[in-house]
Amino acid sequence: MNYKMMGRFTAQILFIEGIFLLPPLAISLFLAENAAIQGFLLTLAITAVLAAVLFLLCRDARNAFYATDGMVCVAFSWIVLSLIGALPFYFSGAIPKYIDAFFETVSGFTTTGASILTAVEPMAKGLLFWRSFTHWVGGMGVLVFLLAIAPAKGSEKGFTMHLLRAESPGPSVGKLVPKMRKTAGILYLMYIGLTVMDILLLLAGGMSLFEALCTAFGTAGTGGFGVKNDSIAGYSPYIQNVTTIFMLLFGVNFSCYYLLVMRQFKSVFKDEELRLYIAIVLVSIGLIVWNLWGFYPTAAETVRHAAFQVGSIITTTGYATTDFDLWPSFSKTILLCLMVVGACAGSTGGGIKVARVLLLFKSLKRNIAQMLHPRRVEQVRNNGAVVDERVIANTNAYLAAYVLIMFSSFIVISLDGFTTGTNFSAVLACLNNIGPGLEMVGPACNYAAFSGLSKLVLSLDMLLGRLEIFPLLVLISFQTWKNR
Amino acid sequence: MKIIIAGDGKVGATLTRQFTAEDHDVTVIDSNASILDSSVERYDVISVQGNCASMSVLNQAGVKEADLLIAVTNHDEINLLCCTTAHSMNPKLHTIARIRNPEYNEQAYRMRDVFGLSLVINPENQAAIEIHRLLKYPGFLRRDTFAKGRTEIVELRVDALSKLCNVKLTDLKSIVKCKVLVCAVLRNGSAIAPGGDFILREGDRLFVTALSENLTTLLSSLGILTRPVRRVLICGGGMVGYYLAARLEREGVSVKIVEADRQRCQQLSALLPKTDIIHGDVSDQDLLLSEGMAQYDALVTCTGRDELNMIVSIYASNCGVPQVITRLSNADNRGLIDSLSLGSIICPKDLCSSNIARYVRAMKNQTGAALSVHAIADGQAEAMEFRVDEHTHHCGEPLKQIKLKPNVLLVSVAHGAAPEIANGDTMFQQGDIVLVVTNGREVLYQLNDIFA
Repeated sequence: MNYKMMGRFTAQILFIEGIFLLPPLAISLFLAENAAIQGFLLTLAITAVLAAVLFLLCRDARNAFYATDGMVCVAFSWIVLSLIGALPFYFSGAIPKYIDAFFETVSGFTTTGASILTAVEPMAKGLLFWRSFTHWVGGMGVLVFLLAIAPAKGSEKGFTMHLLRAESPGPSVGKLVPKMRKTAGILYLMYIGLTVMDILLLLAGGMSLFEALCTAFGTAGTGGFGVKNDSIAGYSPYIQNVTTIFMLLFGVNFSCYYLLVMRQFKSVFKDEELRLYIAIVLVSIGLIVWNLWGFYPTAAETVRHAAFQVGSIITTTGYATTDFDLWPSFSKTILLCLMVVGACAGSTGGGIKVARVLLLFKSLKRNIAQMLHPRRVEQVRNNGAVVDERVIANTNAYLAAYVLIMFSSFIVISLDGFTTGTNFSAVLACLNNIGPGLEMVGPACNYAAFSGLSKLVLSLDMLLGRLEIFPLLVLISFQTWKNR
Repeated sequence: MKIIIAGDGKVGATLTRQFTAEDHDVTVIDSNASILDSSVERYDVISVQGNCASMSVLNQAGVKEADLLIAVTNHDEINLLCCTTAHSMNPKLHTIARIRNPEYNEQAYRMRDVFGLSLVINPENQAAIEIHRLLKYPGFLRRDTFAKGRTEIVELRVDALSKLCNVKLTDLKSIVKCKVLVCAVLRNGSAIAPGGDFILREGDRLFVTALSENLTTLLSSLGILTRPVRRVLICGGGMVGYYLAARLEREGVSVKIVEADRQRCQQLSALLPKTDIIHGDVSDQDLLLSEGMAQYDALVTCTGRDELNMIVSIYASNCGVPQVITRLSNADNRGLIDSLSLGSIICPKDLCSSNIARYVRAMKNQTGAALSVHAIADGQAEAMEFRVDEHTHHCGEPLKQIKLKPNVLLVSVAHGAAPEIANGDTMFQQGDIVLVVTNGREVLYQLNDIFA
């Protein structure tokens, strides 16, 4: 293990986090929110000192960087990011307990949107902005941002691929263009472009600039922190519809947008993952509308709420326009299933990912065919190209690890003595980076009632979900640290 | 520049490393997915799996937007087809193909327009040319030629008995009796840019700039015999051996090839009428002695096996053969190899990739980039040629008044046909070609980059 490299890397991450802390500080200064200003300044000072010390200690780091280092660095930096990001809430006194502040920040960076706050509106605007901004930063990834702006020198060793692979979701991660830096730059440009479009459309709907920014950040990162206690429910149908569309857009693989820009329309429309994603969304909306018939006064309202909730859950955003915990059981079950499926690979959303579900079904189909004809040889294909057997093996291992983690967390959470539905949906909502679950953690409630241990476990689940399990498992695995 | 490399073998990987370090956009094509994976892990490139001669694969690799395609797969025919196909898809594309089969060598060059080739490279032939050049001046481990063949950087080893041992660099002039400039010294595996009071020690390897016409003076004043090579023993009758023997034969040098494969021996004897072909195993020391190895002026080992080449070369050095040249297909461990007495080392793979790298820099040359780049001192330093143009600063100023960056040395200036080894009073004018040596850490994109 290359400790010095890790130290220098962490210093860079801290530096970037310091920059990200400046806009919320500016808002607090503008609105003269004294407690928040104090919190931000103290955090900035700590970040600066830590970054400087680490940088000085690790100046002479070697550049050699291998797959293990990449995974460990990504996992470690996300934890550091959350530990530091929680400080403004704690120092300003807005969230008195540090574990709560940590939970809230992890929930922000992992774009989960699970909150322990009972009332959002009284909070300082600067802190609210920071809360939503963590969604936006965490959505595309801090390391991808680092890759986009880091100087080209030092990347000649190609270590950057390990970083992208560890942070970007999906079964097989590839570059858009030969240069890693350009790839990261293109990803962020598309991300910024879509976010700005969302902000403009929200402003056109009569939202205030601050609320439009926060809502767009939550939508773009598929996070789900709102600035109102009732999430998006209080806004006009226009704003709700805009948000539905943008949530669904941010759940699409970003390489599809790149192909669109490159005018390769055919390969976008033929993309199997995108087709399945759209199909799942449409069928789910249809089924819920059918199930909810008569629940709301008009058909238009039924469709609007169904579409919003489906978009919010499948992209793992977690906004709500209505308390879907009151819906009939069939609709809730569909939402629960969508939680597990999640968004497309290479998007900002969480969950198992549509691409993995597709691969799992295809390899299952092949295994069944092989049972009937043991000598049959068949390669799994995706978009016409043969999928490497290692990718399929990894996907199966991912599912196994996912189920294992889900059940262990479920057992630990159950110690708190809440209902099975609450516990189960809380674990699903955190592991898949959604936010609200059902019953006691439903859209109208929050996670404040859980014990410290449960909050820690759920925070870990959120990180596991965002980093797709393996980097974090590598970080805590004994093999990584022995004989190094 | 957008570069496609077809074939991710030894040369392909070397080129990939070089071009990614030079900040080009590189796409690698190979039919073997696991080789591609390791390239993507190690370098900042994108990969396409498939047959590089097929249109759909080339399309996927973005041949329509590419500037250069380099076909270096194992098969000449695929390389040719790949370049022809790609060129028909994008007429503006530059293409480089590696052609190794001597039977195709001639036609690939003559029919390059038909095939759509911009450059044909033949690593084995290049290695033979390089060995031939070394044989002309025994005593130099390596020669790099600049300024259209008028200036050279030669590599010398300081032995215990050498006149150079324990000599201060300022006293060098009185010993060698001609104008030279030591631009780098390799000591214990690391390159040093020497100052005036630097003292040479046994085992140092010097990189000396001199005019080509002075090479004979340089060698004779150092007491190294410059008797032209009359008899050469070549161990291994592969392609390098064949190309070398054909060249030497033309000059009337007496050549003997020892080759283990009987059939190949017969082929060679048909191709090389004046050369003695011996059927035998070069690892058999008695055979070499009975063929009179000790009486030869030079011995070249170029079998296909590096280990065998090294053993035979060490044996020949111990037997007192004046000049030994070793061909290695993998010279990556230069630090280790250096301690063995292998004589000059020729690595076709490195020659081939540096040749391609030179072509690529020349392609960019419109913007004032280097005319040529040679890696010296085991790749720890670079010698680069630049043309002085109207944008160059400090024209017409004596060198002692110009401040250069640290680790940059201006070693020679060629005014038209008259080259000059640089000293404090040297000046350069527009149109001159200057030769600069740097420690490879700093990349020089144009001549003005050398000024502090």
